[in-house]
Amino acid sequence: MDSPASTVVDALGKACPIPVIELARAMERVAVGEDVVVLADDPGAKVDIPVWCRMKRQELVGVEANESGWRFIVRRVS
Amino acid sequence: MAERVYLDHASAAPWHPAALAAFEQSARALPGDPSRRHAAGRAARDLLESARAAIAAELGGAPERLAFTSGGTEAIFLAVCGAMAANRTRSQRVVSCAVEHSTVLAAAEASGAQHEVVGVDPLGRVDLDAVEKALGAGAALLNVQHANHEVGALQPLGEIARLCRRHDVLLHVDACQTVGRLPIRLDQIDADFISASGAKFGGGRGIGALAWSPRARFRPLFSGDEREHRRRSGLENLPGAAAMAEALLQLAPARPGGPAAAEAARCDALRRRLRRQIADSIADVEIHGPEDGSAPHIVALSALYVDGETLVGELDRMGFEVHSGSSCATTSGEPSHVLVAMGALTHGHVRASLGPEVLERHIDEFAAALSEAVSRLRARLGPRLDL
Repeated sequence: MDSPASTVVDALGKACPIPVIELARAMERVAVGEDVVVLADDPGAKVDIPVWCRMKRQELVGVEANESGWRFIVRRVS
Repeated sequence: MAERVYLDHASAAPWHPAALAAFEQSARALPGDPSRRHAAGRAARDLLESARAAIAAELGGAPERLAFTSGGTEAIFLAVCGAMAANRTRSQRVVSCAVEHSTVLAAAEASGAQHEVVGVDPLGRVDLDAVEKALGAGAALLNVQHANHEVGALQPLGEIARLCRRHDVLLHVDACQTVGRLPIRLDQIDADFISASGAKFGGGRGIGALAWSPRARFRPLFSGDEREHRRRSGLENLPGAAAMAEALLQLAPARPGGPAAAEAARCDALRRRLRRQIADSIADVEIHGPEDGSAPHIVALSALYVDGETLVGELDRMGFEVHSGSSCATTSGEPSHVLVAMGALTHGHVRASLGPEVLERHIDEFAAALSEAVSRLRARLGPRLDL
């Protein structure tokens, strides 16, 4: 469901706040309208990535659970 | 060494001076077993029963319906596992609010009953519609705390009790964070169990109590004698009971304008001051729990991009003792179930909890230290995150 050009952040095996920090860094580098995909398995990330999107007014396009954790798609909207 | 500021009263409060005096006095002067008929036993019995009567009066119950326990944990297990074990007429289901203390959730699981957990809003307050639905599906017991231990949110106990009455469900209120601080009475809220801990309000360690309503039925967790109306076996902790009772008598939380009411008002002003200072001085922070309708002594926040355990360590180094429920700070490595249930930021969490010796200048110093520590930890991440 993400665009093929999206940036991928592999935060598997990393505990919060690291996945959120890596998402924030990646989002600085993409243009408005582009997506960042975050792969994470820390249970804190399940909550904290959506909260980051709310706090930073960015769009959480989707969350998928898979066998290794979650795949979050975040769109830069501002 | 610079003055240290203890901001962890919600974990363990320092002894109330009168409680400590009562503890020492009874430990020295009353060595007897309250169940024996000799003079030493009768003297111990007299003090035990006066302590029981004092605490029962404060909790809006009756002395014959109050048992002393080893603390809040045992009181909670006695209520939850005891009530489910005695239940013959109701559904074998127990319902708990999602932000209950882990002890309550563990007791509900340990009871062997089917356990349903109902959600909360982003400020930590229970979803009343979800409670009504869960009770309507059949339940024997509902567990709802008076105030949340991590974020301070007070639950609407009056409305919850009405739902329990309508559906013929027993209500257990874990009041470990509020007994000694705020009025909490079985008769006023029409609850069935109140569990209390001495350690959280200066009533001493290793002592707690369970008070129950005339409706409540429960079994003891273990039986070996006839003590505590056959509800709780083992030689009574008389110094502990005397201390807990003395602290409650001194604080008199149910008395309008009494010492506890004055202290609650003082703490509440400090709580609001600290929330305001955090909001004004720290960027990218979530301040948890409601501004109004909170326990007076709890302030909790999560700072984005910061590890809670590291933040606690920094603050400790700077002389401030606080708690973190962030996953890295817990032994399980799981994020705080309270913050997860609220949908709140789980990392970078710290809780400051206030007590009588915490003054306005301590709050101002803590706010400055917190802002400095958060800035320092964020600076370690490299270039400022600007988005």
